[in-house]
Amino acid sequence: MAKTAEQMQQDLLRPVIETSGRFSTAIVGLALLVLAGFSAWMYQIYTGIGVAGINRPVFWGFYITNFVFWIGISHAGTLISAILRLSNATWRRPITRCAEVITVFALLIGAMFPLVHLGRPWLAFWLAPYPNQRGLWPNYRSPLLWDFFAINTYLIGSLTFLILPIIPDCALLRDNLSGWRSKFYGALCLGWRGTQKQWRQLETAMHIMAILIIPVAVSVHTIVSWDFAMTPVPMWHSTIFAPYFVVGAIFSGIAALIIAMVFLRSSLHLEEYLTPHCFDNLGKLLLVMSLLWFYFIFAERLTTWYGNTTSEVAVLWQTVRGPYRHLFWAMVGCNFVVPFPLLAIKKLRTIAGTFLASVTVVIGMWIERYLIIVPSLSHKFLPYAWGTYRPTWVEITITGATFCTMALLYLVFSKLVPVVSIWELKAGLRE
Amino acid sequence: MPVLGRLAGEGTRSPLGNRLMSHHWGMAVDLDRCTGCEACVIACQAENNVPTVGEEAARRSRTMHWIRIERYYEGEFPNPRVRFRPVLCQQCDNAPCEPVCPTYASYHTSEGLNAQIYNRCIGTRYCANACPYTVRTFNFFNPAWDKPLHLQLNPDVSVRQVGVMEKCTFCVQRIKAAEIQAKAENRELREGEPTPACVQCCAPKALVFGDLNDPASEVSRLSRSPRGTKLLGELGTQPKITYLQRESWNGEDR
Repeated sequence: MAKTAEQMQQDLLRPVIETSGRFSTAIVGLALLVLAGFSAWMYQIYTGIGVAGINRPVFWGFYITNFVFWIGISHAGTLISAILRLSNATWRRPITRCAEVITVFALLIGAMFPLVHLGRPWLAFWLAPYPNQRGLWPNYRSPLLWDFFAINTYLIGSLTFLILPIIPDCALLRDNLSGWRSKFYGALCLGWRGTQKQWRQLETAMHIMAILIIPVAVSVHTIVSWDFAMTPVPMWHSTIFAPYFVVGAIFSGIAALIIAMVFLRSSLHLEEYLTPHCFDNLGKLLLVMSLLWFYFIFAERLTTWYGNTTSEVAVLWQTVRGPYRHLFWAMVGCNFVVPFPLLAIKKLRTIAGTFLASVTVVIGMWIERYLIIVPSLSHKFLPYAWGTYRPTWVEITITGATFCTMALLYLVFSKLVPVVSIWELKAGLRE
Repeated sequence: MPVLGRLAGEGTRSPLGNRLMSHHWGMAVDLDRCTGCEACVIACQAENNVPTVGEEAARRSRTMHWIRIERYYEGEFPNPRVRFRPVLCQQCDNAPCEPVCPTYASYHTSEGLNAQIYNRCIGTRYCANACPYTVRTFNFFNPAWDKPLHLQLNPDVSVRQVGVMEKCTFCVQRIKAAEIQAKAENRELREGEPTPACVQCCAPKALVFGDLNDPASEVSRLSRSPRGTKLLGELGTQPKITYLQRESWNGEDR
């Protein structure tokens, strides 16, 4: 990078200091769409959960699909950035923060869905263990309770992991702004003065968090997978689910990161920071995950088919050549057939190529979660009780609104904090 | 796994303690006797304040019957045959619905019943997914009854709110009433005293209910029958309902 530290600082602080008309339009537009989703949710609470398309036997539908999907996306950041930090990959410097912030926002969105899907969401706090007048602890044998703790742990951990490296940049903003904004960032940077001791403490804290957050991230999607794997439902009750889900989560997470980076790059003019080199490296990571994903789904389907248990095979055929076949083959196309050549051939692994591959992967991984949940539930053991599922406008609106929520939160964040860590880039210059 | 062991193992122990269960309620369903008349379905609906969801919801697969008659067809026209099987909560001794509930709404009582405690239910619907028999029903909306059925609600049974899971209770209100009566008269419970609504109205006596702890009871005798099978017994859920398989099936009389 030929830029000096001062130019860098100017480039990266500009989006925070100046506000363009386009930005305000985007914020208002997205906020309206989020409001639409929120209204749909309020309508559902007021009318009853029955306005969703769920039925007997398909008791879980779009909401749980979204839950698993967004928790999966949340593996973008913290896990990837932690691994890159620990392995000291220098190309990580411009991308760690974009990644870490995806984690926090995707987790917030994902963690909202168990509430959205509850029959009586106003009683959701009963999951928390606190001395209560009911004289009852929550049931620690329930995977849903494990979820509750795993997700909260991950949220606290990834928030810490996001905030720690923001502190020096907030101090920078404090020094470069005036008036109330300077005071605002002064409060956010928690008295950062940039002394030798503070830098040492920050480095130690980040190192500890980078190590701690990896097992936490793995545990989160493991436990999400156990929501399914612990129950005797055909094609759910599988030992492969935990690693399969973790791999799928990292897979969709990297794809989400690439998409976010492409938008940031063009809208905030970060062409010289988010370089083709970064995309090339992330593309390679995505390729590895695509192969791993294919390996897992192949192993899962092959053992089910070969094992030939009646109930399991019934679900298998439902997906592969039954009514869900279009979705199934679209998923294989989106997660493997399309991204594989785009990412494997060096000439195609450009920014446009990785972007296209990432978009298909995100779509494919959403379908994957849907195909894990719905076909199994609609074809359990007794044929008389088989069913189908069709989402309603409420579910579709809320699902669409979550993507807008992500974009909105991301935009707001990019206005508050430089999305590329300035001090880390400067540290890279010195090396 | 002491807790799981107790649940899965000896049916005479309560999941919470070492106390012997005084009763272990079970049922036998004689498939040879079932005519598929669905009187049990209606009786259950009336007894337990089960909402009538209406045509539109039924089309969306949201009926709330706690007991259903499954129909399976065999053969081609003009000789089609139909098999009936009444399916209700199997009251499993090792129930998959119980451990997954985060709020203990799905709960094993000391008499071996799979109780559903409506007040505790927050509506995750996890229990219904875990149940291999798909016998749990969910209140997608607040309950409603076609007029004039709203005038015949059973005062012994609570009415459930929107977002709450419900299921067959073996008419626990009748069991409790019989137990209280027996205790008031200072005597043991007699066989046939607690009778669920479905059993009471089963004209061909296909459904038999009783105490499995009493080896002399009719339900115990039928449960030991060589015709007896458990529905999806291979899953290890240890259902307390025994299905007596048909013997008349291959005869020309049907």
